[in-house]
Amino acid sequence: MNTLAELLKEIRPEFDFTASRDFLADGMLDSFDMVTLVATLDKTYGISIEGVDIVPEHFQNLDTIAGLLRKYGVAGA
Amino acid sequence: MNFTFHRKRISGVLGIVPAKEQSFLEDMRNFNFPESRSRKLMEVMGYDKHRLVEPGVCVSDLAVAGLQHLFERGRLARDGFDAMILVTQSPDHFMPPTSNIIQGRLDLKQDLLCLDINQGCAGFVIGLIQACLLLEQACIRKVVVINADVMSRKTSPKDRNSYPLIGDAAAITVVERDAADSVIHANLKMDGTRNEALMIPAGGFRLPSTPETAVLEEVGDHNLRAKDHLRMDGSAVFNFVQVEVPPLIESLLAQAGVTKAEVDYFLCHQPNRFMLQKLADKMKVPHDRMPMNVVEHFGNSSGVTIPMAICFNLAHPLKTGQIRACLAGFGVGLTWSSMLLRLGDLSFCELIDYP
Repeated sequence: MNTLAELLKEIRPEFDFTASRDFLADGMLDSFDMVTLVATLDKTYGISIEGVDIVPEHFQNLDTIAGLLRKYGVAGA
Repeated sequence: MNFTFHRKRISGVLGIVPAKEQSFLEDMRNFNFPESRSRKLMEVMGYDKHRLVEPGVCVSDLAVAGLQHLFERGRLARDGFDAMILVTQSPDHFMPPTSNIIQGRLDLKQDLLCLDINQGCAGFVIGLIQACLLLEQACIRKVVVINADVMSRKTSPKDRNSYPLIGDAAAITVVERDAADSVIHANLKMDGTRNEALMIPAGGFRLPSTPETAVLEEVGDHNLRAKDHLRMDGSAVFNFVQVEVPPLIESLLAQAGVTKAEVDYFLCHQPNRFMLQKLADKMKVPHDRMPMNVVEHFGNSSGVTIPMAICFNLAHPLKTGQIRACLAGFGVGLTWSSMLLRLGDLSFCELIDYP
């Protein structure tokens, strides 16, 4: 299974997501990308991230996204 | 706020869409947006095509065309209704009311209550509630509710978060007394403290339009927008819908003593497929009982999307039988409102092109 960084790279191939602590502030993800990412995570891990969790603070960096996934029972993301 | 209405019914729904169609992919090419990202968005959000009016076309043009269509085919008598409610955020003028303009252009009777309501994505349910309230009066036997918006004319063509998604359209819904002992339940909530989440900042009396308000400004993600244009805080609106709408519908069903399983269709406002899928998942409603395909064919036409969903998806079953439907609208204001009713045995239910 792809790592989180690889999944993000599929959405925005031009960026190195391991090098940023704030994807949104650094212009690497916009609101459209966030939605695309949620759909990708839902499909990849067989979960449905709730709408109330689709907020910028959950998509700031690899750690916050991994934290969100843990909430849905995805370990080791 | 909860409402209960007795012996009222919807007897016909007509959707009117501009014939001009634009494709999401072509729009996004104009933003130098990579096609691979556009295709992912199409898959997730359901964007594909949207219908837009030609320059100069106004709400009254769509409404007059729709009413003439009904008059000419004998589906509505020219003097057969006593109130005409227009729900729009894009009136022809500040004054007079656009409903009066429609009355004048069609030379309708003077014994007609013409009423404009400034509402958006919750506007279909709000219009129906107002129609049912008016039908409590002895002098009002039939009400025409017109939902219409041409918001593309107030959307920046250089704002890729708005322009490729917007659609123009109108719908005409006839509401009348029901000989059967039918019951309609409805509820609504409003929160004006969040009024800036969806707004056109300039053009009213608070901030009149000037050459300065027409200047395009960088608003992030390389989007350009003027104060004269529609501004939407997408993240705030998305979260508002996910937090507020499920309990609103739960409360409505509890009020009516009906379970989710007893509702045939949940007909919600149609901003995009993703938002509706998340709403359906949160409410534990199967996706096939919540139509989500209006935006991909027509774009988001604010208060018109629910009647569009009815005409586009359910025209045949609604002409020959009945369903139990839960309607839900949510948007500008902020406003969120739902309605539970029996829908069917319609004398008309169709979509037409304008012109």
